[in-house]
Amino acid sequence: MISDNNSNNTPSASEPLLEIKGLKKYFPVKGGVMLRTKAQLKAVDDVSLAIQPGETLGLVGESGCGKSTLGKCVCRLYDPTAGDIYFKGTAITELKGKALKPFRRDIQMIFQDPVESLNSRHSVGNILEEPLLIHGVKSSGERRKRVAKILDTVGLSKDSVDRFPFEFSGGQRQRIGIARAISLNPQLVVCDEPVSALDVSVQSQILNLMMDLQKEFNLSYLFIAHDLAVVKHISDRIAIMYLGKIVELGSTDEIFQNPLHAYTKALISAIPVPEPHAKREHIILQGDVPSPIDPPPGCAFAKRSWIPCSEEDLKKPGEFKEVSPGHWVEVHPATIEDYAKYA
Amino acid sequence: MHQNLLRRDQALPELLLEVKDLQTAFDTDAGQVTAVDGVSFTVEKGKTLGLVGESGCGKSVTALSIIRLLPQPMGKILGGQVLFGGKDLTTVCDEEMHKTRGGQIGMIFQEPLTALNPVHRIGKQISEVFLLHKDISKKEAWDRSIDILTKVGIPSPEIRVSEYPHQLSGGMRQRVVIAMALACKPSLVIADEPTTALDVTIQAQILKLMKDLQAEMGMSIIMITHDLGVIAETCDDVVVMYAGRVAEKGSVEDIFHRPSHLYTKGLLNSIPRMENERKTRLETIDGYVPGLLELPVGARFAPRSPHPDAASYMATAAYQSERPGLVEIEPGHWVEDHPVVRVDQMPS
Repeated sequence: MISDNNSNNTPSASEPLLEIKGLKKYFPVKGGVMLRTKAQLKAVDDVSLAIQPGETLGLVGESGCGKSTLGKCVCRLYDPTAGDIYFKGTAITELKGKALKPFRRDIQMIFQDPVESLNSRHSVGNILEEPLLIHGVKSSGERRKRVAKILDTVGLSKDSVDRFPFEFSGGQRQRIGIARAISLNPQLVVCDEPVSALDVSVQSQILNLMMDLQKEFNLSYLFIAHDLAVVKHISDRIAIMYLGKIVELGSTDEIFQNPLHAYTKALISAIPVPEPHAKREHIILQGDVPSPIDPPPGCAFAKRSWIPCSEEDLKKPGEFKEVSPGHWVEVHPATIEDYAKYA
Repeated sequence: MHQNLLRRDQALPELLLEVKDLQTAFDTDAGQVTAVDGVSFTVEKGKTLGLVGESGCGKSVTALSIIRLLPQPMGKILGGQVLFGGKDLTTVCDEEMHKTRGGQIGMIFQEPLTALNPVHRIGKQISEVFLLHKDISKKEAWDRSIDILTKVGIPSPEIRVSEYPHQLSGGMRQRVVIAMALACKPSLVIADEPTTALDVTIQAQILKLMKDLQAEMGMSIIMITHDLGVIAETCDDVVVMYAGRVAEKGSVEDIFHRPSHLYTKGLLNSIPRMENERKTRLETIDGYVPGLLELPVGARFAPRSPHPDAASYMATAAYQSERPGLVEIEPGHWVEDHPVVRVDQMPS
């Protein structure tokens, strides 16, 4: 939408738009009388990923696995503990203040809850004009023109400008959230559970809108969600996250047709299918996700896996390996059925 | 299909619960709104009935009306009957309702953290159910609590029984809530979005647990959810609700294989499926779920209906004044009887 975007040199095909290398985000757990740091909550623990221009990378995992923290690190809403994030080759983890501003424009975010993420005291016009103002669109006539155009793009009527968020339904509010995210013509949009608070019939409208916008503006999405069916529909590649680590990464087709990690298999088998009497085998995992404060030594998933593993092997850490082109998986005796083949 | 007919030809199924023309309203600042408007359905013994619909369709209010737990003083049942064990639950006295609730009817709520009291030990909360409904000592109630915790698959129940809710994980807490609902061996369990707050792998654990317990104890379940996948995996019969009314009801095969209301069909088509081609457009239902304050008397799905006559119907007086009934299009399969919402009345 903003045409005078000089900083947006199109990256060459081989260069990823976003590259995350060895990213860690630990939160200190404080306690005791002096509130000393007792332990570290390892929300994101050594994650490396890349996103190509125009690509959707789905990030899947259960609550507390660190997927939202990872998304917030990419937007620099959190400062990572260690590791680097490169956006078009520039390390944005080091940047501060003014130097960060152009990247703030290029990387935007859509939040899960469209009620909480919109300021209820501002009109829709104000909400959408604010980012334009911050990023130097000074003429108010020009801002209004752009807001009207954005509203049209996301399928809201022009008279929405003077209305307030509470006057809209959940799906319409999410359209406002999307309008705000794309108003500065970003290249990467981090979407944190964008449809999980919406009703089924509205969810498909929003997914269609997101796919349309991606085509129109060549957007890249980091699509964070727990609903595998939704992620499968919208993503080119999928990363499966468990307890702060990526355990499997590959193209969407590869992940669904040839899942290797026991956790990925369990996740896929656990999705309830809208087909009565579907003959399917559910893999029921034992127990719950362990706490990220004191994760078990070695392979984090081994305790819940159904694949037998010796006590000795349990303590060994898994190894994240590329087993076929573009298909990465955590290789460990307890996570892969055919361990000998991949070890 | 064939098996289905056979089942229906056999002796009449044993009914456990019959909801007849239930009408529930709330007093709000903007006037009275009818959240449930003439809903009827039956629950067979040992079977699972699914109530499905989007937010605001009245599915939870229907459940709260059955057990008479509507928020007071705003909520009230205006009409209809809830027949359970030969009695109309809408008219029995409060004391009797107390006994039924938790005794013959158990409840499982969506959010296990708010359903449990944070300052009491797990064992005390389960014991309370026994002490209210059975004439037993505290010691005995405590022991029975441990038994029921074992039954819902909580590891080391004799330790967990003296812990507090915050010490348990989400999945464990939901198991405790299920234990409380099943404590008195109820004949009916109402589960309102029992797995919505849980992760997928935990959801699979909980759904399996509920199925296993149903097979063992033979209770009926009313499963309230917006997730059509959960409905397909757990239910025998389904009621699809829209804007406070029943849009369609029938067996799970009827609803999923031969949806006859345009709303049901739209819902089924709009969910992303595993076998779909990636990044293709999803089918959508136009518009939004209507607010409860401006509902017409006529077919409420009309504004979102893809039927070509929907717009002209909405201009007629009938839209404001004539309520369509339900029609039985095959044995046991009922659909709202208006041309603009019926799948078989769509011009090809």
